[in-house]
Amino acid sequence: MFAAETAAHGAAAAPWILENAWLVFVIPAISWLIIILFGKRFGEKCSWIGIAALATCSALSCWAAYEWTQQVEHHHGTPVVNRLFTWWQSNGFDFGFGIQIDGLAVMMMFVVTLISLLVHVYSTEYLKGDVRYTHYFASLSLFTASMLLLVTADNTLQLLVGWELVGLCSFMLIGHWWEEKANTNAALKAFLTTRTGDVGLLIGVIITPFIVYEATGGKHFSFSILEVNSSALSGGVGHALLLACASCLLLGIIGKSGQFPLHTWLPDAMAGPTPVSALIHAATMVVAGVYLGARLYGVFWEGFSINAGGMNLMAIVGAITIIIGAALAFVQRDIKKVLAYSTISQLGYMVMGLGVGAWLGAIFHLFTHAFFKANLFLGAGSVSHSGAHHSFDMKADMGGLRKYMPKTFWTFIIGTLALTGFPLLAGFWSKDEIIAGAGQGGFQLFAWVGLIGALMTAIYMGRCVYLTFFGEYRGHHHPHESNNTLTIPLIILSVFSVGIGFINAAPLGIHWFKEWIEPHGAEAAHFPVEEITHIEFHYSEAALAIAVAALGYFIAWAWNWKKWGPHGITQRNALARSGYVFLERKYFLDDLYTGVVVGFIKGPLARASYWVNRYVIDGVANGLGSGTAKLGDAVYRGIDRSVVDGAVNGLAEATGEVGGVLRVVQSGRVQRYALILVGGVVVIGVALVLAN
Amino acid sequence: MIAQHVVFWILAVGMAIAAIKVVTTNNVVHAALYLVAVLAGVAAQFLLLVAEFVAWVQVLIYIGTVVVLFLFGIMLTRAPMRGDENQSNSQRIGSAVVALLLLGLLGVLIVKAFPSGQEIVLDESLLAYSETGALATTFLRDYLIPFEVLGVLLTAALIGAVTIARRD
Amino acid sequence: MALNLFLMLGAFLFCTGAYGVLARKSGVLILMSIELMLNAVTINLVAFSAFTHAVTGLVFALFVIAIAAAEVGVGLAIVLIIYRNSRTPNFDQLDQLRG
Repeated sequence: MFAAETAAHGAAAAPWILENAWLVFVIPAISWLIIILFGKRFGEKCSWIGIAALATCSALSCWAAYEWTQQVEHHHGTPVVNRLFTWWQSNGFDFGFGIQIDGLAVMMMFVVTLISLLVHVYSTEYLKGDVRYTHYFASLSLFTASMLLLVTADNTLQLLVGWELVGLCSFMLIGHWWEEKANTNAALKAFLTTRTGDVGLLIGVIITPFIVYEATGGKHFSFSILEVNSSALSGGVGHALLLACASCLLLGIIGKSGQFPLHTWLPDAMAGPTPVSALIHAATMVVAGVYLGARLYGVFWEGFSINAGGMNLMAIVGAITIIIGAALAFVQRDIKKVLAYSTISQLGYMVMGLGVGAWLGAIFHLFTHAFFKANLFLGAGSVSHSGAHHSFDMKADMGGLRKYMPKTFWTFIIGTLALTGFPLLAGFWSKDEIIAGAGQGGFQLFAWVGLIGALMTAIYMGRCVYLTFFGEYRGHHHPHESNNTLTIPLIILSVFSVGIGFINAAPLGIHWFKEWIEPHGAEAAHFPVEEITHIEFHYSEAALAIAVAALGYFIAWAWNWKKWGPHGITQRNALARSGYVFLERKYFLDDLYTGVVVGFIKGPLARASYWVNRYVIDGVANGLGSGTAKLGDAVYRGIDRSVVDGAVNGLAEATGEVGGVLRVVQSGRVQRYALILVGGVVVIGVALVLAN
Repeated sequence: MIAQHVVFWILAVGMAIAAIKVVTTNNVVHAALYLVAVLAGVAAQFLLLVAEFVAWVQVLIYIGTVVVLFLFGIMLTRAPMRGDENQSNSQRIGSAVVALLLLGLLGVLIVKAFPSGQEIVLDESLLAYSETGALATTFLRDYLIPFEVLGVLLTAALIGAVTIARRD
Repeated sequence: MALNLFLMLGAFLFCTGAYGVLARKSGVLILMSIELMLNAVTINLVAFSAFTHAVTGLVFALFVIAIAAAEVGVGLAIVLIIYRNSRTPNFDQLDQLRG
């Protein structure tokens, strides 16, 4: 109905690229197919197929982005929906396969294709000589295709398909070096943990057409995202249904986006190759949950009553995630794990942003985070590849690398500054928009949580930078700078990290991001346009954020460079020691999940199920069987033997008896026969005579 | 007429008693002797009917041959000659009934078929039919073939009896 | 002489003979009874011959007598051999054809 409205505005049909944006996921899918089928023949050149495909898609995404900006300017930013084909229709209910292109989709397309392209280029060097080179690139292409399918979906079922596919690709890529058991365990953990969340997602997706059903008074049943949102916001749907749907979808977000309590898979997922971590577990896949929240925001807005302010589940989950992620980043030795926990924490920001009504802030943070987190991850990869001889242990193999790897060092610094919210860099604009949005929306507590999180971010990143690049080199190898294939993507990403924030720099009067992405106008019935928090830039809030960041830098510098403060306290003080162990053991959550939950399922639950199976189910089945056998036996004895056989045998016996009786006549004595003969004749004669 | 009746009745009663005795006595030899009596009575009846040749042939053959054969048979089969064993078998009552019924039946039939008006006139005209010469002529002229067959039959019977009773 | 007197006599002898055939144990006695029956037949024949003044009856009677003699001979041979095989002259013990 929305594309029709586009036409009704008297303008020409939607631009070609927006109507046919499905190309951006079909091209990587074709690339996957080609690499899978013919990649071995190309050897190491197969990566060119992937790179070519993604370069094309990047170009298409840029074009689509441009066309979208035109759409916003001239056609009020109405989303372009194109139903490609109908999969099923019956009796007023139909769903199919289609695309919905609006600001959010275009932004995600741009991010995914660009970062995927850079990761492809980076991987050609990083995985040179790898045993499964072709499979890796095939999986990368498939992942990109799946992610793009997810972001361009126009109905929740298609979104679910894309969601599951990216989960599959994540599993494949984490376990890329499956010869080590730890890697397969990590892949399984990732898959199973997200699967746990996907239960909620599935239920939520099933509920979505019922929302439309109830809102339209029982006439219409649809999975379409726009219709679901409009129905949710129309006020005609019971609150309980919306709350249930939002809660179930939130469970899916918790699983996929690494929120507390299902965040445990993300650090373990670092077992995969670093470019994979950059692409999937920093920039794109993990944000799929946030994207879902943004896409179905109408449901969440009404379901969690975000308008009313105060506590809601989404914001709470996000807030908790911010703090626990940041806390755990302090005790890591592995540089990738630091970045993983940082990702968890930043995802917490995004989810909290959605929960407090700072929709634009959350999306903007998603956008900027993709660039600087990918930058940081690729930087870590570069450090490991060339500096620490494929190790990621900061304390053991790194240190003082800034002398040897200047490009990597400077790009990493830029990424760190962007992450921690250094003024004017990307993270500053986006993260602080969330914090400001929380404050302005009436969620004061969450604003403070955001500020505390920012403080912690600065401190742990400072520690990380210090351990990696400063001090003396602790490794035993020969560190050198990485070659251009690795460093050029880093530089590109750094440039983005610096500059990308400016597209929504409010004090400079630039509101491009907001204009392009946030739905507005009266036609946006699918978005709570009026009620949403329209975040304003206040210099006081900005100053507070800068001050917090500065405090963080100071503490980091003081602890690491100046060695002020109680170093070694965790060895001396039992309380500090226990706190350290608590963090080191990741709040014992892994023990809880593996030991208690899984152990319960594997142990008592499995045993109970087996008992039920053996005694109840088998008992019933066996009972039926033996009962039937007994019945058959009774029938056999009672009826078959007694009645049927009795009749048959009785008949035979009777015949025998009669024969026995009649046999007496056959005495064998001739005189008897003669008597009978004569007697018979006489009788006949008498009868004849008497008759006459 | 009366004399013939008297003779007939005397002979008939005697024959009847003898016949009953034949079939009821326990002494086998006595049975044979009673049979002689019956046979003789039959011969006498033949004489009464002016069939002399047949009468004497009857005496000759039956009494002279058949009874002797019976006596031989009695001796050869070690039949109990003392007469202490009961010679009637288990179905004598049934047989008696049947025999009486048969007698009744035959009696009725005879009386119906040949009412008392039909008589055998015993006078001179009766002499001619049974004349031995005429009998012989009839025998050897009209019934020659049966006569010869009878001879063959007797031969066969002789041979048959010898063969059957041969001890080998 | 009424014809039916002779016929009645014949019938009486015949029935007596029939009784004897059915009711006597020993084979020889049975044969004797058969002789009685044959004699009854002979009487009938001669009576009828006298009644019709035809000699045919006499001829037939002679035949009967001759055949009776032959038959007694063969019959006694059979009785003999039965006695030889079964050790008993009584016919009511011969029930090997018993069903």
